[in-house]
Amino acid sequence: MSASITRRAALLGGVSLAGGLAAPVIAQNAPIRLGGLTTLEGPFATGGQDSFRCVQMELERINNTVGGRRIEFIRESSNAQADVALARARKLIEQDNVDIILGPLSGAEGIALRDYSRTLTGKTIVNGSSGASDTTLRNPSPNFFRFSTDGTQWMAGLGNHVYRNLGIREVAISAGDYAFPYAQVFGFNLEFCRAGGRVQHYWAPLGTTDFSAQIAQINRSNAGAVVVVHGGTDGLAFMTQYAQAGGNKPLIGGSIMADQTMLSARGPHRRVMVGMLSGGPIADVIDDQNWREFVERYRRRWANEGGFQSPSIHGVNYTTNLYGILAGLRAVDGDLSGNQAAFQRALAAAQVTAPTGAAVRLDHNRQAISDIFLNRIEERDGRAQVVAFDRTPQVNQTLGTPEAQFLALGAPSRDNPGCVPAAT
Amino acid sequence: MRERVLLALGAFALVALLPFLLAAILPANQAQFWTANILGRALVFGIVALSLTFLATYGGFISLAQMMIAGVAGYALAVFVEGAVPRVVGGLGYLAAIPLGLLASTLMGLLVGAIAVRTRDIYLLMITLALAMGVFRFVETNIAWFNGYEGIRNVVGPNVFGRDFRDPWVFFYVALGTAALLLVGVLYLVRSPFGLVLQGIRDNPRRVAALGYNVALHRIAAFGVAGFIAGCGGVLGTIYNIGISPGTIGLGATVNVLIMSVIGGLGHPLGAFLGSLVFTVFDTFAANLYDRDRFNTLIGTVFLVIVLLSPDGLTGLASRLRRLATGRRE
Repeated sequence: MSASITRRAALLGGVSLAGGLAAPVIAQNAPIRLGGLTTLEGPFATGGQDSFRCVQMELERINNTVGGRRIEFIRESSNAQADVALARARKLIEQDNVDIILGPLSGAEGIALRDYSRTLTGKTIVNGSSGASDTTLRNPSPNFFRFSTDGTQWMAGLGNHVYRNLGIREVAISAGDYAFPYAQVFGFNLEFCRAGGRVQHYWAPLGTTDFSAQIAQINRSNAGAVVVVHGGTDGLAFMTQYAQAGGNKPLIGGSIMADQTMLSARGPHRRVMVGMLSGGPIADVIDDQNWREFVERYRRRWANEGGFQSPSIHGVNYTTNLYGILAGLRAVDGDLSGNQAAFQRALAAAQVTAPTGAAVRLDHNRQAISDIFLNRIEERDGRAQVVAFDRTPQVNQTLGTPEAQFLALGAPSRDNPGCVPAAT
Repeated sequence: MRERVLLALGAFALVALLPFLLAAILPANQAQFWTANILGRALVFGIVALSLTFLATYGGFISLAQMMIAGVAGYALAVFVEGAVPRVVGGLGYLAAIPLGLLASTLMGLLVGAIAVRTRDIYLLMITLALAMGVFRFVETNIAWFNGYEGIRNVVGPNVFGRDFRDPWVFFYVALGTAALLLVGVLYLVRSPFGLVLQGIRDNPRRVAALGYNVALHRIAAFGVAGFIAGCGGVLGTIYNIGISPGTIGLGATVNVLIMSVIGGLGHPLGAFLGSLVFTVFDTFAANLYDRDRFNTLIGTVFLVIVLLSPDGLTGLASRLRRLATGRRE
């Protein structure tokens, strides 16, 4: 008896659930369901929050409507781990029935979602802020699009600038012993070594706190400059100890070294960091009307709700990718029929202007070709800011090297840091 | 006894028919989602939790290394199987690579058991946690074998009777079959002389030693068995996730397995699966039920309520209700 009641109750519950959640028949006036996937917990939580801030702001700006259809934004969060991101993406696609996913934030998540996108038909995944080059370079997926640039691209122009304009012939590179620094070092070396420069590498595992032995060696060496590619607290530890050891060589930083999280921390590192050069997709100060308006809008919208002084790199990357989606939707008037084939063609052909004012278009792997900024840290308005002083236009994923030749170099690693002289 | 066997068979049949029930009441894509990503995922987690429940219920050992041991199987599979990206060793088919993964996890289980053999209670907890974190950091920084932070991708799984392994139905039934076999295996094992000695060790190791049994050897063997069970979960999980990365065996995942076991209750091996189901449902839908930025609060609250209402988890709650219904007191 009790069993039959349970079954009936379960059936009733199931039917009402199905009625409530059932997907509407695809119709032109039904809203487009856009799933947002970022990391609201874990090491990149602040970047994740900022990416949703920027996306929400830009969707509000167009009144959540594109091509005559409403956009419904469904938020989901992972913790920067690949398997969690995959579970959330599956939920967005299969349970929440979204048409497009915007995300994820970090490298391993991006590769996991790229693999997942290959198993989907009629759905599209557009990157959020993940920057591993292999996501689009090797085994790309036809359903995965990235309107933001990757970690190797972010170093474009820096190697040439150091060799040609600063006249430095030899550098010491201190870098983290994991994927993201490999990609950045690879990008720097590609230009610097081809120009004729010599490099000496000093690797340290993620989480290193004592760099004193490294710094002593670097200070004794002939290196004309130090390239520092560490993330988070490792970078802070290196800079602090470098300042305390009286280091006075010019500094060149990776894209996540020259960042407000480093500059707003107190300590002796601030003294040596002023004047540091770096490369990346954004800066705090860019001489561009688009960027000034974007920053102004961001400050107005979020000043009282926990926003930063200036939008973060993750926020800008998510926004650039959102612009890509909107451009694609506009081109097809919001029509996602035919397994999104027309929409995906429009996405691949979309040309957008990033919040930084950089023009963005996609290559045949659906990876962004865009401008990269050369930045210098300067004291402005009483605080250290990252100021863009030059830009390398239309950097592609192989930094101008023919693709076959670039792929033949192999994936970046500590044994393959990209230092190939011009002769070979 | 016969009644209980019939009841168990009935329950199993009900679970086995669940995908059909779901397909009848839900739209097609949601039925598929529930089949693979709620039930299938819960079964995979449940198998890993089962290895912990087995150790805790019958040996009194709370090991935090079980997720790591599952990961060892997953990594061994990913390293040796053909088609994984990047290719580390490769060359083996799934028929050879999966047993190799299970062998690796069994050996890792034995190793963990051997290292922790002289510790109990909180010290055992700490030493297994330390081993788990050690292996996690190692695979995260080792590029040559485990491809570091990004892990090894594209472990798509074998074809089963001509169908793709990750087909929701195939995956669900393989996971269900594996889980049922392991559960029956555990229930059989604990009634064998080995299992009885294990329970003796749990209750009074000195007396068991005085009877002439080698306590240390039995403990290590129990960890080996748990390693094999966890390895089954690790292999299934790796194929479900199309690969494996260090996050799968990180601190969060390690603690999740403990939470599942405690929610389910450490009194009966079945609790592992109840706990993993509750955990998976909340983990998936918490963001819909509650603020998306704060959904961990909801998961924590559910955990607290269950543990407060019933210190021995859902299985404990069930037997408590049964006692209440029959008016019997202990």
